[in-house]
Amino acid sequence: MTEYQSMPTRDSQRTLQLADEIRRVATRCWNIMEICGGQTHAIMQYGLDQLLPPEINLIHGPGCPVCVTSLEAIETALQIAQQPGVIFTSFGDMLRVPGTSQDLFGARASGADVRVVYSPFEAVKIAQSNPDKQVVFFAIGFETTVPSIAASLIHAQRNQIQNFSILPANVLVPPAIRAILSSPNNQVNAFLAAGHVCAVMGYTEYEPLAEEFSCPIVVTGFKPDELLTGILMTIHQLETGTARVENAYGRVVTKGGNLTAQTMIRTVFKPVDRQWRGIGTIPLSGLGLRSAFSAFDAVRRFQVDASPVAESSVCIAGQVLTGVAKPPDCPAFGKACTPTSPLGAPMVSSEGACAAYYRYQKAN
Amino acid sequence: MCLGIPGKIIELYEIDGTLMSKVDFGGVTQEVCVATTPEVEIGQYVLVHAGFALSVMSDHEAAETIELLEDLQRFNQKQAEGGGLQ
Amino acid sequence: MNDLPIFQSPICPLPLAHHAQVTIGHGSGGQLTHQLISDVFQKHFNHPALTQGNDGALIDLASQTAQQKLVVSTDAHIVTPLFFAGGDIGRLAVCGTVNDVAMMGADPKYLTVSFVIEEGFPIDQLEQIALSMSSACAEAGISIVAADTKVTEKGKADGLFISTTGFGLLPAGRLIAGDQARPGDAVIVTGSLGNHTIAIAEARGNLGFQSGVESDTAPLNHLTSALLAEIDDVHVLRDPTRGGLATTLVEITRQSGVTIELDEASIPIDQPVWAACSMLGLDPLYLANEGKAIVILPEAKASKAIEVLKTNPYGRNAAVIGRVVNVEKARLLLKTPFGTTRVLDMLAGEMLPRIC
Repeated sequence: MTEYQSMPTRDSQRTLQLADEIRRVATRCWNIMEICGGQTHAIMQYGLDQLLPPEINLIHGPGCPVCVTSLEAIETALQIAQQPGVIFTSFGDMLRVPGTSQDLFGARASGADVRVVYSPFEAVKIAQSNPDKQVVFFAIGFETTVPSIAASLIHAQRNQIQNFSILPANVLVPPAIRAILSSPNNQVNAFLAAGHVCAVMGYTEYEPLAEEFSCPIVVTGFKPDELLTGILMTIHQLETGTARVENAYGRVVTKGGNLTAQTMIRTVFKPVDRQWRGIGTIPLSGLGLRSAFSAFDAVRRFQVDASPVAESSVCIAGQVLTGVAKPPDCPAFGKACTPTSPLGAPMVSSEGACAAYYRYQKAN
Repeated sequence: MCLGIPGKIIELYEIDGTLMSKVDFGGVTQEVCVATTPEVEIGQYVLVHAGFALSVMSDHEAAETIELLEDLQRFNQKQAEGGGLQ
Repeated sequence: MNDLPIFQSPICPLPLAHHAQVTIGHGSGGQLTHQLISDVFQKHFNHPALTQGNDGALIDLASQTAQQKLVVSTDAHIVTPLFFAGGDIGRLAVCGTVNDVAMMGADPKYLTVSFVIEEGFPIDQLEQIALSMSSACAEAGISIVAADTKVTEKGKADGLFISTTGFGLLPAGRLIAGDQARPGDAVIVTGSLGNHTIAIAEARGNLGFQSGVESDTAPLNHLTSALLAEIDDVHVLRDPTRGGLATTLVEITRQSGVTIELDEASIPIDQPVWAACSMLGLDPLYLANEGKAIVILPEAKASKAIEVLKTNPYGRNAAVIGRVVNVEKARLLLKTPFGTTRVLDMLAGEMLPRIC
């Protein structure tokens, strides 16, 4: 039954049937936000928005973890990476995100030891095999990525790996949804909740949001048929005037989520206010280290202090990330701002809404 | 956010007290930490993100999805029988 | 009187004659250099033009060049690690340049090679690479006619760099170039995509996966000459190396001023490559290939071309993947299995594994 990831052709018939059904069911204009870079990427890669009727408008929310990482965190990362004796490790897509003057690639070109890892556990291994170096991992990402970082820190603590630390920059989805729905110019009628975030956290924490803001939220997967299933379920709710949390990704997500992972997260992290690039500070939307793990905090260990930095004034990243504007609405889109010289965060990552638009813009 | 792909557990072991596994992703194998899914058994599928298993996958869709997909199938059957689009 | 020791110059002490590693002295131009050349390189590279030991190769082209043109291509090869599944820097350095000459429609004949070797490089590895180059040359049917070695101080180069220049002869009247794609042409790729990049990524080890995927590094000149012997109106030949299929085709659309439309479902990608790409968040259309060619030719000739390509082991999985549709705009389109279309652009910067 369960199968490996396969090429998208396998589900094309089902996907087209779902698209037919969406066209049949949708009678009014609806704005649906996916808040997951992986979903944005898949929508653009397969041109799924082209399968939808014109009434259905997909808004690409602040779901790209490298895009929402604040300038200050990036500046701090650059300062730490450039210290002697440091091996700075990061997920690959973070290396190209520009700070105020350079990115981690630039730091590497000027002599910093910056390495791409696939997993934070790899960073711990690098620390073990380089006992004379300080190994720092740039802890970015949403709830999906947090268990891997928590488990790595628990492993590092248990094995007394003292030359390992993290730069904490993780963010949480529900506070971001609350911030978007609370905005006076909110345009979003419903949300696709990120399937892999919910694999970890379950979806009970979305129920109060659905109720308070009368906003349907559907836990959705990533393959074309999974995405259209989530969209169809969302439209069903919108058309019938219901607003609850539904699960369209049952093969992976349960209501309670992964309890072991949640316990690990709570052991290591606590909610803190966090700055989102292009959006601003969202209360209790980030994770900081609990005191039992504060020895692993690279900010403390390296005593760095990145002063607050202003973002580009032309770039409308914040409006794009909250669904108030689409990437082509930006005066800089495709001109001053391209994937090779990004002004704003959403042009940086391949999942960033602007980069996805730029790369996969419709043929006509 | 977050690239996650299903793979099959083919080996389970420990590294310094942390539960690890070897996972097969359709011809590609990789070491995956299963500390967050300690209940997993060899042969089961897990959803893997950044070298960590996020959840053990089930063969079942959630009830509401099944209901919706059944509706869809009925509708398509009707269409095939000559119902056409309204 | 032959017993008298020969003193070349007052050197004290004399350098050790037997090294396991390349030393700075191997780049001196003196005895050690000669020893390195005779022990490592001339053992495997033995075209008379090279072994004569002159400053340059003297090649008699007179009998061959009536109406023909000389095609020259050069390439520097840097790869980490130097050895990987399916090849090594030596095979890569030969095949890369052979293929560039072959993609012009020419028959590659001669190669020059220059080595930049970091002090401390193991001589047994150097010999292994020389042997690999020699067998790649034998496979391609070309000869190394000039070569050079330089040794850098430790830390000033990453092990070994190899530059090669290839020379080939182009028959009269044959015009194959990136600006020759025309509406009505079919686009063919000679095999599955992305294997080279995945093999290299696996060999580097830092992404911690095992795939069994081998690099496709191979000389394609026999494949292209068989094709050109059968079909005389091939418009474009190009090898999709760095930047992959998508970047290379974007270049062609710009050179020819045409739109190319690809059919995603028909693009051959091996399952383990697809799985590795899914896992790492890479797009196989942007991964490098070192043994694949893009062939663009009139649609009517496509099935004959596929038939010819499939008779060569390097063309076994050849497939028609798209067509040149019009001349309104230079762009590359991809038709998905869902009937939707997206625009493919060149690769921006380095392709990075994604977490999301």
